[in-house]
Amino acid sequence: MPIYNLKVNGQSHAVEADQDTPLLWVLRDHLNMVGTKFGCGIGQCGACTIHLDGSATRSCLLQVSMVDDMEITTIEGLSEDGGHPVQQAWKEVDVPQCGYCQAGQIMTAASFLSQNNTPDTSEIRDAMSGNICRCAAYNRIEKAVAVAATKMK
Amino acid sequence: MKNPLSPSLSRRSFIKTSALAGGGMLIGFNLFQACKPEVTPPVDITQLNFNDFNAFIKIADNGMVTIFSPNPEIGQGVKTAMPMLIAEELDVSWDNVLVVQGALDTKNYTRQVAGGSQSIRHGWEPLRQTGATAKQMLINAAAAQWGVKASECTAKNGVISNSSGATLGYGDVVTAAAGLEVPENVTLKDPKDFTIIGKDIPNVDLDKIITGKSLYGLDYKADGMVYASVLRPPSFGKKLIDCDETSVKKITGVLDVIKFGDKVAVLAKDTWTAMKGKKDLKVTWEVDSKLENTEDHDQILTSLLEGSEFKTMRKDGNVKEAFAQADQVIERTYESPFLPHNCMEPMNFFADVTDEKVRLVGPIQTPAGTAERVARLLERDVEDVSVEMTRMGGGFGRRLYGDFALEAAEISKLAKKPVKVVYSREDDMTAGIYRPAIKYRISASIKDNKITGYHLKEASVNSNMYGLIPNFFPAGAIENYQVDVANYKSNITTGAWRAPYTNFLSFAEQSFFDELSEILEIDRIKLRLDLLQKVKGTTDEKIEYSPERLEKVIQLAVDKSGWGNAKEGVYQGFSAYYCHNTHVAEVAEVVLENDLPIVKKVTCVVDCGIVVNPLGAKNQIEGGVIDGIGHAMYGDFAFKDGEPQYKNFNTYKLIRMNETPLVETHFVESNASPTGLGEPTLPPAGAAVANAIKAAKGIRLYKQPFIKNMKSKDLLG
Repeated sequence: MPIYNLKVNGQSHAVEADQDTPLLWVLRDHLNMVGTKFGCGIGQCGACTIHLDGSATRSCLLQVSMVDDMEITTIEGLSEDGGHPVQQAWKEVDVPQCGYCQAGQIMTAASFLSQNNTPDTSEIRDAMSGNICRCAAYNRIEKAVAVAATKMK
Repeated sequence: MKNPLSPSLSRRSFIKTSALAGGGMLIGFNLFQACKPEVTPPVDITQLNFNDFNAFIKIADNGMVTIFSPNPEIGQGVKTAMPMLIAEELDVSWDNVLVVQGALDTKNYTRQVAGGSQSIRHGWEPLRQTGATAKQMLINAAAAQWGVKASECTAKNGVISNSSGATLGYGDVVTAAAGLEVPENVTLKDPKDFTIIGKDIPNVDLDKIITGKSLYGLDYKADGMVYASVLRPPSFGKKLIDCDETSVKKITGVLDVIKFGDKVAVLAKDTWTAMKGKKDLKVTWEVDSKLENTEDHDQILTSLLEGSEFKTMRKDGNVKEAFAQADQVIERTYESPFLPHNCMEPMNFFADVTDEKVRLVGPIQTPAGTAERVARLLERDVEDVSVEMTRMGGGFGRRLYGDFALEAAEISKLAKKPVKVVYSREDDMTAGIYRPAIKYRISASIKDNKITGYHLKEASVNSNMYGLIPNFFPAGAIENYQVDVANYKSNITTGAWRAPYTNFLSFAEQSFFDELSEILEIDRIKLRLDLLQKVKGTTDEKIEYSPERLEKVIQLAVDKSGWGNAKEGVYQGFSAYYCHNTHVAEVAEVVLENDLPIVKKVTCVVDCGIVVNPLGAKNQIEGGVIDGIGHAMYGDFAFKDGEPQYKNFNTYKLIRMNETPLVETHFVESNASPTGLGEPTLPPAGAAVANAIKAAKGIRLYKQPFIKNMKSKDLLG
């Protein structure tokens, strides 16, 4: 089995895995970083969102062979101790219900706001519409993204 | 509404204290025994040991309080709200409270129950009593140390004071307190003195959730654990004949292939390899029983409605006679599909079956029942089985059923290894325990422009509405009233789905009354309020709702939503409903974009008694409303030859943020005991939207999902 050199949250990891193994499962099962969640496996729900060279990407569709040597950021590495403005906004607004999708929501929001920190409501709603929240905490997610934007200005 | 607790419930029967070896005090109590008055508490506490308790409060000698809660947390917020009740009466600062999922063992878990939006309602009194009892013991210990009467001492924020101004912290007296007798009579606070209840308290797991810590069943790992992906029959009505696993066993990382019943498990060292191996199995299936189709269900449910095989759930007056005398009879039929739960965290469970014990870990709403079923399956004593619950990535009723835990246990037994069963999304959606497809037919007799009779018929798959529902509105409001149910037995598995039955019944009923008001040319609100007048002062103890409280939420919703005064181009729809002991009214606002209705806002008024945690309560309310709208608008499911036709989110549509209305929440101010909020705001949402769509487009919707039925040319005009 091939060995890949992954750079996750600033640290290098040598991982032995089949080339078609999705990054999601490498993170969860091989590297024991379970913050990135499995929801659908086909890129429809956004629970597995990570940053690849800074851009929000679905890790369930990303084969490990494609990310060798790229910069991978997961929820565990978004900040030290939850200090990222998006995480802080999530706390202020008390977003989660079950909480399962929230890591993916936060990663999508962080990437979006890094490109646009003065979004209007419809931009926020469009940007976040790739992430499903089955508990439908959408009002709070929307509000938290707006709060985070003010923190990132 | 009846009080869930008998006032004579003895604290002795469910509270015991003990000094901790390292200093401090441990208070054990039977959360579920205390919360379930129908369980007879043991009287003699000397016969109890701490293994008989399933929830604990630990007060350390530095005054820190740890509350161990065994309650299943599926996103409804009880892990935050229930400890708030204890902390309030214990009178400690919430900042000094740590909530921990309880350390668990089989004995404790045999009493565990969850579901039905009942945790807060049933926990309200016993949890406060537990806190108050502990506080009294701390006061008694301080009084003894000072040599004064306990009645001369007060406690606040973890500090006890006496009349001469001396103070002691809880931590200073906690060890002495642990040795005192448990007081029999304690006084609970007047609600006006609450300092924690009624405050916005954030989710206790918030930090872990936002930083991606291991919390959920899917995150759980154990030494030597392998992953199992299970192939189940592709259609309801098929069974396994043969499986060729030769090629699968050659995949690097696949450890074993195990057949059990009609299923085949591929075991591997990681999840992906197990899932890949499963796809490679070559399996022969055979038709075992009927292969059902959605078209068949449609016909069968209609013929049930038109047949005569009903069970009568409630009968007042004489509906037949009223209909015979009527000037006019209005009859409408409402239809809903099967629905999968689609918890974001797919079903999964860990099992480690050894000769000594059976250890189960994972997301489950019914650990006790699941332990018993696993014990029966494995032919083991239930005492051998332990269940540890993880936080759950949603429940919605699906995790009431422990089928996934049974699979894990069986595979672990056969493989002789610790095993985690992981469902793919496709497994989760196709091996469901679905909300049954249901049709309601509602008829009303009209005489002199008044409703004289109401006849509701339910045709459902496998099961029918539970016994309380026929006593909801409009029971008692219409002289001649009858509820009849019939069901068809299918081999498709069905079960509870968030707000069982009422999740669709409310749509049917509140659409029907809206239409009746149009036919009778009576104001929509007046029609409802007039009906409620007739229920006031009823002596019928079976009537489940309060006409006064329903009237109040309706009036407040009218007031807060600006009912009848919408801006041009904004169309409003009204709905009010009682279920899960909570009264709710909702006003939906719809606008037309490209001639399609878009739900912009919902004003939701709730009477849930005292609001324990407004921050968490509003989250539940917003989620319930949007979930209700999402499934009413988009939720569809179908079977072809027994095979589910929707398998993942590329075809199965859940509501997304860009389709989501703003939910504005208002509570009725109340000093009544609190009720739960996990379910009751969902049922009225569909009708509020349907009634708004009627206002916007003149189209009356009778079928869910709306979007599918609105796509037909007739409806779009």
